Amino acid sequence: MHHRYVLSALLGLSLGPAFAADAPGGAIADQSEPHKRVAPATERFEPPAEASISKDAFGQMVERGRQLFVNTQSLRGQYVGNGLNCANCHLDQGRQPHSAPLWGAWTAYPAFRKKTGEVSTFIERIQGCFMYSMNGKAPAADSEELKALSTYAYWLAKGAPTGIDLPGRLYPALPKPKGGFDIARGKAVYAEHCAVCHGASGEGQKQGEHYAFPPLWGRDSYNWGAGMHRVNTAAGFIQANMPLGQGGTLSEQQAWDVAAFVNSHERPQDPRFTVDIETTRQKFHANDGVNFYGQTLDGVLIGQGID
Amino acid sequence: MNRLVLIAFAAIAGPLAHAGEDPGKQLVQQGNAQGALACATCHGVDGAGNAAAGFPRLAGLDAGYIARQLQDFHAGTRVQPVMAPIAKALNPDEIQAVAAYYAAQPLAPAPALDRSSPLPQDPGAQLALRGDWSKGVPECTRCHGAGGAGVGSQFPRLAGQHASYIATQLKSWRDGSRHNDPGKLMETVAKNLDDAQIDAVSHYFAGLGQP
Ligand code: HEC
Ligand code: HEC
Ligand code: HEC
Ligand code: HEC
Repeated sequence: MHHRYVLSALLGLSLGPAFAADAPGGAIADQSEPHKRVAPATERFEPPAEASISKDAFGQMVERGRQLFVNTQSLRGQYVGNGLNCANCHLDQGRQPHSAPLWGAWTAYPAFRKKTGEVSTFIERIQGCFMYSMNGKAPAADSEELKALSTYAYWLAKGAPTGIDLPGRLYPALPKPKGGFDIARGKAVYAEHCAVCHGASGEGQKQGEHYAFPPLWGRDSYNWGAGMHRVNTAAGFIQANMPLGQGGTLSEQQAWDVAAFVNSHERPQDPRFTVDIETTRQKFHANDGVNFYGQTLDGVLIGQGID
Repeated sequence: MNRLVLIAFAAIAGPLAHAGEDPGKQLVQQGNAQGALACATCHGVDGAGNAAAGFPRLAGLDAGYIARQLQDFHAGTRVQPVMAPIAKALNPDEIQAVAAYYAAQPLAPAPALDRSSPLPQDPGAQLALRGDWSKGVPECTRCHGAGGAGVGSQFPRLAGQHASYIATQLKSWRDGSRHNDPGKLMETVAKNLDDAQIDAVSHYFAGLGQP
């Protein structure tokens, strides 16, 4: 079957680099962070087709997880505090490579995470996305919601080898451009390539009460603790996936510039906020990639949050 | 064809507009002295269009979208031998008036169908609600809204549009003859569709949002 062919291609190509990354000096890297691409994108893992979800109790749980993933707004007010859905950042229902696909995630946990300073399980990883990306409250580990979401991820990863980085996992790691990046240039990229959907002020566009195009900053967006608030992380996502339907068309420079522009705007406060912005910055943002939290841009202190 | 159009014109535009009426409606029923034919001839007073002739339904389209298409025909960035000369005969005020008139014509709401709906069997519905990501095509409803209801003035309503017109437009983008979309968003999608997909998805949207 097709699966088997893809699998052997994966094993052949990715074992080397994936192991090499862990080896030197016994230093424990953050195993949940983006790695270099491990194989050409053509050697992609194929998750099972949606049509093959069974009608039995297991299949119903898979479908419930799929529903929650694409329509997380059904949990608004309960576990979700902004206007987003999981699938806004994990495209094609969590299937799309280089968009942190669920099949790539399922086989990568438990893993040590710098963010939590400990080994996180898959469930704990999803709880993180609820707290930060969804600016909400994490459902309990044994809740029906997390059972459904993890069943969906497990099903998508059918046939995937465990414990190695599958090609297409996470967002691509885009190296910072040699000449740095520029918010003003990013503003121009935004006006030309993004505003038609995400709105002139990053506010998104609604159809009825739900967002057809998600907001990129402001009250209804991801908060200051979310992975997407890192310029490097957002740049990788944007270069691979945006403008929608035209992934890979922006240059790496444009992606960094526009990611910096997007992430220089206010959004809900980091839920880990302690004492003041500076203390919070030192504790949680000083060593978290490239980000503007607690910095002053054009005379304005960034990271004040929005209620 | 010409004769058919004329008869339709006579039938639809028979009761001529009275003075003082909405200028948009007057234009729709009578055209103008600069040579714009009465829109109703082809699009109907109610904006229903004509499936067999490929005249698009205008009822319920966003006013901003209608106005921009007329401006594009006027400026020559959208080209079509029948419609372009008519739009060129409209002035900016007339464009706004007629856009407001057609946008206000009632239309059944589009059903709330999107990727949270169960997976449909029909390939047209699958493309509309799930996309074809193997070719990088997002689901049509991601940009055109749930049920193809349209989003704002940049993403037009597709629900209830005639299949013949939808298919013509998709093919025009594919062959490059329509290219007035912002950021080549629609062109990129259309270039990745084959004939069977165009046929299926056109019929799917045509069947949505009918009274
Ligand atoms: C054609 C419309 C469109 C364009 C143009 C577009 N996006 Fe998006 N974007 C979307 C949609 C729709 C989603 C959510 C995807 C989904 O749910 O399938 C999204 C998701 C995102 C997200 C993650 C979700 C969030 O709200 O944070 C970011 C970040 C983003 N886009 C940035 C950009 C940037 C930067 C540009 C310009 C370079 C851009 N987009 C251009 C439609 C668009
Ligand atoms: C605002 C964007 C955003 C939203 C919304 C979002 N996530 Fe994420 N998610 C991310 C980012 C960023 C990462 C880390 C990707 C990276 O570092 O390359 C991530 C990572 C993950 C991972 C781990 C991936 C891996 O391979 O390690 C899982 C699992 C996950 N998210 C699940 C979810 C679920 C479930 C939801 C909805 C409850 C959700 N996410 C909502 C942005 C988002
Ligand atoms: C002789 C027939 C005819 C008449 C009269 C006519 N149209 Fe059209 N119209 C067409 C055709 C054919 C098209 C499709 C063009 C294409 O395929 O690109 C069209 C397209 C349009 C569109 C684009 C719709 C869309 O969804 O993008 C608008 C708007 C429009 N017409 C408005 C008008 C207005 C306003 C008038 C009156 C001033 C008018 N038309 C008169 C035949 C006609
Ligand atoms: C990435 C966003 C995006 C996606 C996905 C998308 N469209 Fe579009 N579509 C647009 C935009 C933008 C326009 C308006 C073009 C213009 O302003 O001239 C448009 C216009 C159209 C029109 C012309 C309507 C009219 O009244 O003239 C048709 C037909 C259409 N799209 C069909 C589809 C179909 C079918 C799909 C799915 C296969 C699809 N679109 C997916 C962005 C998109």
